[in-house]
Amino acid sequence: MARDRYPLRRLLFQFDWSILFLLILLAGTGLVALYSVSVSSGTPFYQKQFYFLLMGVVLFTFILLFHYHYLESYGYYIYAFSLLLLVAVLLFGKASYGAKRWLDLGFFSFQPSEVAKISVIIALAKYLSGRDVSRTGLTLKELIVPAIVTFLPLILVAVEPDLGTALIILFISGSMILFAGIERKTLMGITASILSFIPFMWLVLKDYQKERILAFLDPELDPLGSGYQIIQSKIAVGSGGILGKGFLRGTQGKLKFLPAQHTDFIFSIFAEEWGLLGSFFLLSLYLLLLLWGINVVRNAGCRFGAYLAFGLVSFFFFHVFINIGMVIGLLPVVGVPLPFMSYGGSFLVVSLVAMGMLFNVSMRRFMF
Amino acid sequence: MKVHSKREEPLDLRSKTRRVLVLLFLFFGVLFLRIWYLQVVKGEEYKRLSENNRIRLVIAAPPRGRIFDREGRLLVGNRPSFNLTLIPEDVRDWKGLKERLSLLIPGGVEFDGLKRDRRLPFEPLLLKRDMEWEEVARIEVNRFDLPGVSIDVESMRYYPYGKSLAHVLGYMGEIDRERLQRTRFGDYRVGDMVGKRGIERLWEESLRGIRGGYQVEVDALGRTKRVLKEVAPIPGKDIYLTIDLDLQEVAEKALGDRAGAVIAMDPRNGEILAMVSSPSYDPNLFAKGMDRDTWKALVTDPRRPLENKAIQGQYPPASTFKVVTAAAALEEGIIRPGDRLFSGPYFILGNRVFRDWKEQGHGFIDIHRAIVESADTFFYQLGLELGVDRIARYARAFGFGVKTGIDLDGEKPGLVPTKEWKGLVFNEPWYKGETLPVAVGQGYLLATPLQVLNAYAAIANGGRLLQPHVVKEVRDREGHMIYRARVKEKDRVPVSRKNLEIIKRALWGAVNEKGGTGRTAMIKGFDVAGKTGTAQVVGLREGGDLPYRFRDHSWFVGFAPYGSPEIAVVVLVEHGGFGATTAAPIAKKVIEAYLTKGHRDGSR
Repeated sequence: MARDRYPLRRLLFQFDWSILFLLILLAGTGLVALYSVSVSSGTPFYQKQFYFLLMGVVLFTFILLFHYHYLESYGYYIYAFSLLLLVAVLLFGKASYGAKRWLDLGFFSFQPSEVAKISVIIALAKYLSGRDVSRTGLTLKELIVPAIVTFLPLILVAVEPDLGTALIILFISGSMILFAGIERKTLMGITASILSFIPFMWLVLKDYQKERILAFLDPELDPLGSGYQIIQSKIAVGSGGILGKGFLRGTQGKLKFLPAQHTDFIFSIFAEEWGLLGSFFLLSLYLLLLLWGINVVRNAGCRFGAYLAFGLVSFFFFHVFINIGMVIGLLPVVGVPLPFMSYGGSFLVVSLVAMGMLFNVSMRRFMF
Repeated sequence: MKVHSKREEPLDLRSKTRRVLVLLFLFFGVLFLRIWYLQVVKGEEYKRLSENNRIRLVIAAPPRGRIFDREGRLLVGNRPSFNLTLIPEDVRDWKGLKERLSLLIPGGVEFDGLKRDRRLPFEPLLLKRDMEWEEVARIEVNRFDLPGVSIDVESMRYYPYGKSLAHVLGYMGEIDRERLQRTRFGDYRVGDMVGKRGIERLWEESLRGIRGGYQVEVDALGRTKRVLKEVAPIPGKDIYLTIDLDLQEVAEKALGDRAGAVIAMDPRNGEILAMVSSPSYDPNLFAKGMDRDTWKALVTDPRRPLENKAIQGQYPPASTFKVVTAAAALEEGIIRPGDRLFSGPYFILGNRVFRDWKEQGHGFIDIHRAIVESADTFFYQLGLELGVDRIARYARAFGFGVKTGIDLDGEKPGLVPTKEWKGLVFNEPWYKGETLPVAVGQGYLLATPLQVLNAYAAIANGGRLLQPHVVKEVRDREGHMIYRARVKEKDRVPVSRKNLEIIKRALWGAVNEKGGTGRTAMIKGFDVAGKTGTAQVVGLREGGDLPYRFRDHSWFVGFAPYGSPEIAVVVLVEHGGFGATTAAPIAKKVIEAYLTKGHRDGSR
C-alpha cells in the first residue's frame, strides 16, 4: 500500500469538526438517558458505558491514522476473521436467556456479531468496487459472491439466535447491492422468485410457526410477550407529551415491563422524560449525521470509499430506523440497539469504529 | 500489492445519492410523524394510562401435567395452595400492616427486607406459601384493612404416596440462576418451580405446559377494572409410567427399613415394573419449600436417602457375576458342558490362597453345579484361563461398565477393569492374582443393581440386551397420545443359544435343586431361576459379628417363570449379609406377588 498521499495539515483541515461535535452531543445524550435508567434500576449502567465510550474513542482515533485503503487490502482477511469469531461464539460462547452471543475474554465479554456487521460492509465494498456497474448493473453471476458474503455470517448469527443482527446484515448488504445496481432482468427474476416462494413457504410451515410469524408482525397477537412490551413502550413515549416528564421523573421505567429498557428500549425511557422536544432533537441529530454520511459517499475519493461509506451509512440508518420504529410500535419487536444510546459495550465500540471509518473516508476525499 | 484499476472517481455512484436522500427523508418523516402522533395527539390518553401504571400483566400458570402408574393410578398431582402476597406499591402503612397481619396469622409474617427492594414495586411479593384454611378465611374477612395484601391461588405439586417411588418421580424446586440463563427469556421467571430430579426434571418440558395470562387495566388501588387481553394457559402433558403401583408397594414392604434397592422389570420389553431405593425421602417437603435443617439431615444421612441406589449405587456384583464368567468360558471353549473341575476349599496361586465360601469345598463338579453351588474355586480357574480382558469383553457385552440408558437421571456406569484401565489409573501392570476376584464379581468390578438386572433379563429373554425404561406413554389433557415408548434392543449378547440355555438351566437349579444357594427364593408351583451374591465390603470374612458398615452386601437376582420369563427382579441390601438369607426372600415376595396378581386376595 502506498504511503498516505495526504499531508497532515490537509487531513486536519478536511476533518469534520462540526460532525465530531454532533457525535459528542449524541454520546452525551446517550449517557444522560442511561443515567436515568441506572437510577431507576439501581445498576450503574452509565459508568460502564462511559468506559466503553473511552475505549471506542481510542479506536476511533486509531482508525483515523491509517488510510482506509488498508481496509480494502485486508478486507477479506478481516471478513474471514469475523467468521471465525462467529464460529467460536457458537462453540465456546456464553449463554444468556437461551442465546449464545457473547465471547468471554476474561476481562470483558463481547459480541462477535457486531464485528460481523462491519466486516460484511468492508468485504462487500471491496467486491462491488471491483465490478463495472456503470452500464447495466450487477448480473446474476456477479451476485453469487455478495450472496455468499452475506449469508455465511447471517446464518451463523441467526443460529445464536440473534434475529435482529441477522436482519441488519441482510438489510445492509441488500441496500449496498441495490446501490451498486442490479441488471433489470435479474432484479425482476429475483423479485418474482421471492414473491412466488412466500405462499409456498406458508403452506409448508406448521401452525405454531405461522402463529409466531404473525405475532412477530403484529405484536397485538402476543399480548403477554412482545404485545405487552409494545403497549408499555407506547405508553412511555406517549405519556412524555410535548415537554416530557423531566429528567429522572419517568415512571414507566419502574415497572418491569421491558426486559431491555437500558438496551433496546432506551428510546422510550428517553422520550418519556424529554417529550417531543427531546425525541425530535435526538432524531434530528441522527438525521444530520446520516445526511453528512451521504455527503461523504458523494465526495469519496474512490469507488471503494464510496461503497464503504454507503455501507456505513446504511449501518446507522437501519439501526436507528428499526430500533425507534419498534419502540413506537411501527415495526415488529426485534433486538436492534440504538447507536450511541443503547447500553452495550460491543455495539458502542463498533459504532465508533464505523464512525471512524466514515470520518476517514471523508478526510481523504478529493478537493475541488 | 494489487493495483486498483478503479481509482477513478465514482461519478455514477455520486448521481445515485440523490435517490438515497429522498428515501432517507421519507423514512425519517414517518418516524417524526409517528412520534408526534403518540406524544401530541394521543399524549393525554397515554398520560392517564401511565399514572399508577394502569396496565399490568397477570400471569396464569398452566396446570402441570400429572404422573400415573401403568394402570392409570395417580402418582403425582396438583393441589391448590393459598399464598399470601403483597404489592409493595399499594401498601400505605407498613408498620400497621405488619401488626395487623401478625394478629391474623399465628407466628406473624416475615417481611423485613422486602420493603427495601424498591426496584419493582408492582411485582407481587410472596409473604407466605400454602396457608391453612382458617388463615385464608381470616385474611379474606379483613381484606379491607389490608391494602396491598391479597391471596393468590397457586397450584402445588402433590405426591399422594409420599416416600414411595420418590427417586423415580423426583421433586420440584425453585429455578436456579444457571437454568434461567439457559432458557429463552420469558419461558421461565425467577421463583418458578421446576423439576429438579427424576421424571419431574427429565420431562419438565412436557409436564410444564404453556403459560397464559391477562393484560388488565387496574384502578388507583390496584383492583382490576377490566381485562384487555387474555391468553388461556395450555396445561402440561400427563405421563404414564411402566411402574405397577401394587408391585411397587409389595417391593417396598419387602425391603422394609433396610438400605438397598429392589427393581422389577419385564424382561420381554424392558419396562420397569417397580423400583425401590431405600431409605427414601418425601418429595412433598420439596414442594412446600424445605427448611435448612431438614435439607441438611437429608444430605448428611450416611444411608444417603437422596441417592437412587437402583441406578446410582455401585457395588461389587459378587456371585451374580459368575454367569458372565461362565458364558465367557463356554463361548471361548475353555470348558465344555459336562467337563468337571476339582473345586476344593481353596485355590493357590503363587504364594496366595484364594478361599471358597464353602469350607469343605465342592469336589469334582461341572459348570451347571458350579453355578448352582456358586463354587468360587471353580470360577477362579476359569478366570485364570480367560484373563481379565476377555472377562471384561463379555462383561461389557452383558451391559456392565456402561450405563443402561434408562430414562432416569444420574445413572452411574459401574466399572469393568481391564489391563489398560489399570495402567491408566494406577500406572501399574495387571497381576494375575487380580483376575481371580474379578471372575467371581469382586475386586475392582462395580455394578449398579439395574445393570445386574438387565444382564439377567438378557439371559431370560434369549440374549437381547434391552434398554430399560420407566415412561410408558405421554398424553395431553384430552388423552391424545403424544409419545409411546418402544422396545429398544441395545445389543445382542454374544453367547450362543445353547450356552445361554445351559446358564439359564443352572440358574433354575440354583433356586430349585438340592444344594442350590438360592433355595430361599423358591416358590411352590412356580419355576423361579436366579442367583445369590454376597459382596465383600472388607477383605476379611472371619471374626464373627462385624460392625454394620463392614458387613457384606446381599444380592439376589432372578426371573420367572423359567419357561417363558415375564418378570426379572434384583434385590440389593446394603450390609445385609448373605444373599440367600436377606436378599433372596425379598425377591421371592416380589416375584410371588407378580405371578399371583389378579387372584391375590384369595391366596393371601
